[in-house]
Amino acid sequence: MPGPGEYRDSPVRSYVVTGGRAAPTRNTVRPETLVIAASPGKPLPVTASRTERALLGMCRQLLSLAEAAVHLELPASVVMVVASDLIDSGHLVVRTPTDEPVNRDLLKELLNGLRKLV
Amino acid sequence: MVSANSFEPPAGGTTANGASYLADTVEHSAKILVVGAFGVGKTTLIGSVSEIKPLRTEESMTTASVGVDDLAGLEGKRETTVAMDFGRVTVTPTLVLYLFGTPGQRRFWDLWEGLAEGAVGVLVLVDTRRLERSFEVLDQLETQLAELPFAVAVNHFPDSPRHEVDELIEALDLPPGTPVIDCDARSHPGSVKALITLVEHALAARKMAQV
Repeated sequence: MPGPGEYRDSPVRSYVVTGGRAAPTRNTVRPETLVIAASPGKPLPVTASRTERALLGMCRQLLSLAEAAVHLELPASVVMVVASDLIDSGHLVVRTPTDEPVNRDLLKELLNGLRKLV
Repeated sequence: MVSANSFEPPAGGTTANGASYLADTVEHSAKILVVGAFGVGKTTLIGSVSEIKPLRTEESMTTASVGVDDLAGLEGKRETTVAMDFGRVTVTPTLVLYLFGTPGQRRFWDLWEGLAEGAVGVLVLVDTRRLERSFEVLDQLETQLAELPFAVAVNHFPDSPRHEVDELIEALDLPPGTPVIDCDARSHPGSVKALITLVEHALAARKMAQV
């Protein structure tokens, strides 16, 4: 693993995996977004890429996109683009979609939860 | 953990390549950024709180590094990567917190913009032996990300000079009301307390905004 700021090259450029796109189709998809494969499972079309298959396979249970990215050895930014497509096509489901990720109730729950960890 | 309400966090099992799934009861995720200069202890703090071994992602950076990174011999290079460490902690059966460690230097600011979106706030980790290295981080927070609540945690190293909080607030030219806390990033309770201070501040800032 390279250290922070070190250069690492990959034989496959990110834009190949994302089909040339730099941004996801959805602006609500973030590294901490929790996803899970749709249930009942929906088969991927034969044209699906290896990355799409790998991501969907990894998300049999609940996982954040950042974690999926690490285990797929891809940048989170790339996985967010691929995940957006799978969400659009109904293969992947976002756990509790929200327009307002930070609200009072969430902050209170977070505070109470953290206090119990000490 | 002695609380009667504590529970065993990860319950979801693992993937073939070691990913640790979240418990199926989790409904929401929250995110806090941990920023600071290189070597200030970001990954240590994340590791002391995280229920999983801190993970590292490689993020793409484009033009931001040009003129800063030595690109000699790499003239065709358009994309460079920066490593980002993160961890997670299931704080209640329905809520998981992600901690993202982000390098503070100016050339990484592009990376922040995307990450700051949807964040609860920012914990700025400071090393009093190298206080001047925190200026860039704080400048960015006060100018570019002014709506994002932040708190300053002073990570104590054995040879750190001890400063009074007032002195630090002045030396770092912090906005009034910014919480400053002492913290040992290696200690679980110490790191959790720093996070609590930040979340309390975020909640108070939200109250103020609604009045």
